[in-house]
Amino acid sequence: MTHAAATVDQMQPPYPAERGLDVYNKKLGMWVFLASEVMFFAALIGTYVILRFGATGEWARPGIVLNIKITAFNTFLLICSSVSMVKAYAAIQDGDPKKMRFWLLMTILGGATFVGIQIYEYVHLVEHGFVPSGVREGSELAALVANGTLPAATMGLYGSTFFTMTGFHGFHVTCGVISMAYLYFTKALPGKYSKQDYGGIETVGLYWHFVDLVWIILFTIVYLI
Amino acid sequence: MTSVAATAHGAQAHHDDRSFVRKYIFSTDHKIIGIQFLFVSLFFLLVGGLLAMQMRWQLGFPGKPMPGGGVLPETMAPGGVILPEYYIQLVTMHGTFMVFFAIMPLLVGVFANFLIPLKIGTHDMAFPRINMWSFWTFLIGGVVMLSSLFVPDGAARAGWTMYAPLSARHDYSGASIGQELWSVSIIFVGLSSILGSLNYITTIINNRAPGMTWFRLPLSVWSLFITAILGLLALPVLSGAAIMLLFDQIIGTHFFDPAAGGQALLWQHLFWFFGHPEVYILILPAMGMVSDIIANGSRKPIFGYHSMVFAIVAIAFLGWIVWGHHMFVSGMNPTLGSSFMVSTLVIAVPSAVKTFNWMGTMWRGNLRFHVPMLHAVAFVAMFVIGGLSGIFMAATPVDMQIHDTYFIVAHLHYVLFGGSLFALFGAITYWYPKMFGRLMSEPWGKVHFWLTFIFYNCTFFPMHITGMAGEMRRLYDPNQYTFLQPWQPMRVFISISAFLLFATQLIFFVNFWWSLWKGQKAPQNPWEDNGLEWSLPSPAPHGNWEKVPTVYRGPYEFSSPQVAEDYLPQYKKLPTDREPARVPLAGH
Amino acid sequence: MHWWLPLKASTFTGPIDGLFLAILIITGIAFVLVEVGLIWFVVKYRQRPGRKAFYTHGNTRAEVIWTTIPAVTMVALGLVSNHYWVQIKGRNSIPPNAYPIGIHAKQFEWQITYPGADGKLGTGDDFTVRNQLHVPVGRPIMVQLSSEDVIHSFYVPQFRVRQDVVPGMDIKAWFQATVPGTYELGCSQLCGLGHYRMRAQVFVQTQDDYDAWMKQAAQEASQ
Repeated sequence: MTHAAATVDQMQPPYPAERGLDVYNKKLGMWVFLASEVMFFAALIGTYVILRFGATGEWARPGIVLNIKITAFNTFLLICSSVSMVKAYAAIQDGDPKKMRFWLLMTILGGATFVGIQIYEYVHLVEHGFVPSGVREGSELAALVANGTLPAATMGLYGSTFFTMTGFHGFHVTCGVISMAYLYFTKALPGKYSKQDYGGIETVGLYWHFVDLVWIILFTIVYLI
Repeated sequence: MTSVAATAHGAQAHHDDRSFVRKYIFSTDHKIIGIQFLFVSLFFLLVGGLLAMQMRWQLGFPGKPMPGGGVLPETMAPGGVILPEYYIQLVTMHGTFMVFFAIMPLLVGVFANFLIPLKIGTHDMAFPRINMWSFWTFLIGGVVMLSSLFVPDGAARAGWTMYAPLSARHDYSGASIGQELWSVSIIFVGLSSILGSLNYITTIINNRAPGMTWFRLPLSVWSLFITAILGLLALPVLSGAAIMLLFDQIIGTHFFDPAAGGQALLWQHLFWFFGHPEVYILILPAMGMVSDIIANGSRKPIFGYHSMVFAIVAIAFLGWIVWGHHMFVSGMNPTLGSSFMVSTLVIAVPSAVKTFNWMGTMWRGNLRFHVPMLHAVAFVAMFVIGGLSGIFMAATPVDMQIHDTYFIVAHLHYVLFGGSLFALFGAITYWYPKMFGRLMSEPWGKVHFWLTFIFYNCTFFPMHITGMAGEMRRLYDPNQYTFLQPWQPMRVFISISAFLLFATQLIFFVNFWWSLWKGQKAPQNPWEDNGLEWSLPSPAPHGNWEKVPTVYRGPYEFSSPQVAEDYLPQYKKLPTDREPARVPLAGH
Repeated sequence: MHWWLPLKASTFTGPIDGLFLAILIITGIAFVLVEVGLIWFVVKYRQRPGRKAFYTHGNTRAEVIWTTIPAVTMVALGLVSNHYWVQIKGRNSIPPNAYPIGIHAKQFEWQITYPGADGKLGTGDDFTVRNQLHVPVGRPIMVQLSSEDVIHSFYVPQFRVRQDVVPGMDIKAWFQATVPGTYELGCSQLCGLGHYRMRAQVFVQTQDDYDAWMKQAAQEASQ
């Protein structure tokens, strides 16, 4: 039998069964769930595209309100955490639970730091006057609107779309961090993952890569363009 | 659920030592979850019906105190006389409860959960705990929605379609927290749907019994599978839209507020992108179950099984590209109107194919008119009216005249009541023995069927005519318009028919509940059907089978020349049958 | 009671009523085929002792026929419908000499602005009237629809004209009235509490009567 068949024996669909997709249930379930997540983010991102490019006025230049440098670092961090996730997965596939635990922990820390930096950014933005409804009266940013650096007509939409998209992404990252931490403490640490059974790692890894991919798209269309 | 407990004998998959709470409250057993959905959804069906009765009171007897109206608050119905603010809540909540908390969960929450593992031959769903969460999030959503009727300023009131900016701003609608609760509730409903779809899709793909190939699946399973995909991809869009609406309502965002740069039509596009696949979610499972019942009642294989499958897939696929037909006169670019018209007319074709195939199944059959068969045949008769009336509105110039009139109300009730609800009455009666180990009363089932059929058509057929005359939807008082005053006698006729229709449903409810305790004990296969579920005792035990059955043929081998009986179950092995090829794997 | 579409009072009634009738005939044939067929089968094929059903899985030829005929019919219907749709609602459907009237919808009334003596909207002699739409008969009328607050919908059943009025959008629609008389304009999109009474009177008048009314109404408005 092939290497792959031997290691994934525990993760096969319940037998006896008619041949399905040759992908074990947990993994298939995660792919199916991610399809629904694609639609959810498509609704939010599609709305942003329609509102921004359908707006009659100018749209604020990203660098004026947002801190591109810190967010670029945050993006790099998230991508690194996807790399560490891959390393964790590769480690347990090779039957090295100790290495897997290390890289899983790195992923969790990377994700948590990402969320932490995002929260810091949000606080910062709100302090300067950028809120979901647009620009707060009497704030620092309100002055920029008054002198024409920021377009008054579209700041409301800018705030609405920015906070909704990045907020729900942040929520998804947080859920990912919590899930990984849960698996770390209940399964990885007690040594329940092995070469024959690592479905949880692969499944949560899929979710993590998806969340990373969504961020790359968001970063591009919100911060760079 | 005493019958489930009392008859838990027979081939148990394993010794069942779960506590009462684990068995019946926080259960992960797909059958119990299905039954939980059934009880809760039937309750919401009643709620939706009560809301409609109040609407019909106002329309039939405007300005008159409603019997029992004294319980309503003065702000909604002083002295029992319904006010406009209450009327538009009734309109909104009737649609909301019926779509999200009655028909959808009855078709999907009940039958996807109950039937799928039984009909494909496995012990339970792929993710039993996630399945349990799908019920509880649904219940939370329902409680939130119900609570919105009792909050200050009352419930949401912008129609079940919740068009913005009316729905987004309190100063436009007159509602406050009730509007927000609608959005919150819908978010829970979306979550419930997604969790359910996860299970149905994974289970059907991966957990079929040996020999249960794709083209041996019953059409009920095919339709539930395709419906699950629709739900998986459509509900997240609704959730996204509901979140954005909620944010507009409470944190001051401006997605749908044109005064601040938002777009009113954006809501419509998002809502209907979800909304149209949603209506196929509301009909496809009904079609699938009707297919099973008609084949059984006709004692004949389904006519054109493969086409029926392709028609389901075609309807689901095309259902994604027709949403703009709800928006022909919305201000949307007229060229888009043309393209949506084309796709909408095309989607009529697979539905027509299915109708002819059902008739082909009955042709030269040996028809048994048990109660489920009565409902299934009535489904075909009335779904066809609903489908044909759809063609009028698909033609954009005609839609200009009938959009937002009672012609549309007639259409939607013919497909959702004449279609889905009749199919549900049939399906509940059909699978009741497998759920509860007893049979519903056949004579009372027939009385309920005939009275419902008559009163239903009396209620809804005239709406085609008043719609043609120009009667607009959601009008508290149509008599404000001189051209609508002559139709008041018709409105009275419709209202009285509706009251009789509602009263008739009590027969079903009493039959349902009474039979749980006093119904005739059901044999294993009361309808002489071929599906895998009929190989189990009635009711089916926890875990279903010790060892999953093997499948040797398709589900519709009625009147087969191979055997003397006029049915041949999927799991019955004949001397000429070979074992299905096993997928080779070490250790099995 | 008039058991058909309302009185024909515009040039749209020809195509729209004609299309409606055509669809009624087509769907009527399908309806009779299916319902009579069902009743026939229910009677003829009911179970009787000694009978056995005919064991067949289908008939491809029959299926091809009953797929092709509806498909061809739908395509034909689409082509004909689209032809009229473009005429009525298309981007370039508004006749160039159409008489302009501004209609501003708000909760819960119709504010109708007339172009005044110069026949142009947006000039000094415009005046606004509440809930009264006067139009000259036999001329194309272009209504410029705008909304103060929520989505409303401009609907005159006898004219077969309907167009949603959307806040944030300026939408133009047109019609040509053919029969002088009094009609009603109803709001056809739920717009709140007063939706049911958002009604205007519509007066279709000869050009002379219309001019006379216009002069008087302009005077009254300037006072």
